[in-house]
Amino acid sequence: MTSLPQPLPGAKKLGLVIDLDTCVGCHACAVNCKEWNTGGHYAPLPDHEPYGKDPAGVWFNRIHSYEAGCGSTSRTVNFPRSCLHCDEPQCVTVCPTGASYKRAEDGIVLVNTDICIGCKLCSWACPYGAREFDDDAGVMKKCTLCIDRIYNETLPEAEREPACVATCPSRARHFGDLGDPNSKVSQLVAERAGVALMPELGYAPVNRYLPPRKATIPAKPLEQRATGTTNALLRMIDKVLSR
Amino acid sequence: MTPATSVLLLTTLTGFGYGLIAWLGILAALGFLPSAPLFLPIAVLVGLGFANAGLVASTLHLGHPERAWRAFSQWRSSWLSREGVASLSTFPPTIVFAALWWILGPDALATRTFGAIAAVLGLVTVGCTAMIYASLKPIRQWHNPHTMPDYLIYAVFSGAVLLAAIWALWFGAAHGLAIAALIAAVAAGSAKFAYWHFIDRQKPLVTLASATGLAAFGTVRPLDQPHFAENYVLREMGYQIARKHAVKLRWIALTLAFLLPALLALLAASGIAPVGAATAAAFSALVGLLVERWLFFAEATHVSTIYYGR
Repeated sequence: MTSLPQPLPGAKKLGLVIDLDTCVGCHACAVNCKEWNTGGHYAPLPDHEPYGKDPAGVWFNRIHSYEAGCGSTSRTVNFPRSCLHCDEPQCVTVCPTGASYKRAEDGIVLVNTDICIGCKLCSWACPYGAREFDDDAGVMKKCTLCIDRIYNETLPEAEREPACVATCPSRARHFGDLGDPNSKVSQLVAERAGVALMPELGYAPVNRYLPPRKATIPAKPLEQRATGTTNALLRMIDKVLSR
Repeated sequence: MTPATSVLLLTTLTGFGYGLIAWLGILAALGFLPSAPLFLPIAVLVGLGFANAGLVASTLHLGHPERAWRAFSQWRSSWLSREGVASLSTFPPTIVFAALWWILGPDALATRTFGAIAAVLGLVTVGCTAMIYASLKPIRQWHNPHTMPDYLIYAVFSGAVLLAAIWALWFGAAHGLAIAALIAAVAAGSAKFAYWHFIDRQKPLVTLASATGLAAFGTVRPLDQPHFAENYVLREMGYQIARKHAVKLRWIALTLAFLLPALLALLAASGIAPVGAATAAAFSALVGLLVERWLFFAEATHVSTIYYGR
């Protein structure tokens, strides 16, 4: 059913919190996502000519790099982008077959690839460009929040988190229940003033991005003025050099 | 948005088919159609043929056409599903309408009633098609108050030129309908002009700074793309039409879809070569509207491409 589910009392709202301050842009999350998911829930993910001239394939996670600001205060911001598991996902409601759905119990947005007709309308309805079409299978695929890891009882409990989170070497990715204000991720968002992307479009995305910290470490001036120093030798050198 | 042949054919051909059925149904309900017994059933077949061709074309772009029947299930939330349901539900009353005309005659209340039902359902289908596009918030050129009325106006115009052509071929003249086609061409051309005026003055929905949540840092510009090659999102939604080509194509669309059919309808209305003029008007409108529909897609921009700096 592509009508959105009624929110259940106390239901989880699983999502990611991505720290743009500590993300180093290494693409490990994208690579591990591809690695896990090409053997996971939506396996296989197309990967045509991976070492050829025109590689093409489905990726659920793509890492952009931006320059924010201008001049000496500008900074490089690495920006991983994946499905935001929106609360108002139009990708779900436009689906004519019921293949696209949002789970009531944890808010994860999924595609039932057994009934997807491959009309691609859901990808048109997503403002974040999160869905990618599998030309080989003729169906739409997307981030599952690693549903086959986070509930996987054959994995050790510490590994029951999305592949992108598990692999991040700078701990820039966090996974948790954003519907619970006391959860670690919610507190992190509150503490760091995390933002939703394009809130004005009304999709109510669940994932949050933590903006880069503005704080800078004040650098010492390169040269200390010698005037006023009590050292007679330095005063003399300064006098000579200042002529 | 990348224009896909299947969707161009769907929206254009169903516009002609359901537009023709709407004209036939309304004129029959009002008692304005000539009582030639074969005219209406054959005209209805032409209309259903156009609609059917469009619907079949639309299944060609599906990844799984054999699963297309599943698209009738989600009419509660999806305009695409509603379009499917409405398009199929137009067929039975339209066939009954043609059969009743044949059996009971044009003046029977049942014939007129079914004519009206067929007309309304045909226009509802076109409205649902329009809403598929008008409801997509990430595409500003579609998600606006123009899209829905425009699709209806183009369908009414397509139906008028098609009916005028059939009428002229059948009876050798089509005064009243040629005038209707002329008025519809002027209305449809004006609607298109107003639409272009509107989209040319729209502001982009977001900036890269707001899309990344980095507005506090000032302007944001892309440094590195996620991958060296084009991906699905860019191939499907990153289509960009050259400005100089767009201007030329707009003139081609305006001329072929509306100006030429209007002039030809004027000729037909004044009795100068009505058969040739009315037929040529319908052909010109078909080609012109395909160009117009191509532009409707090619000029539409999708907000997700902002992440790629487009």
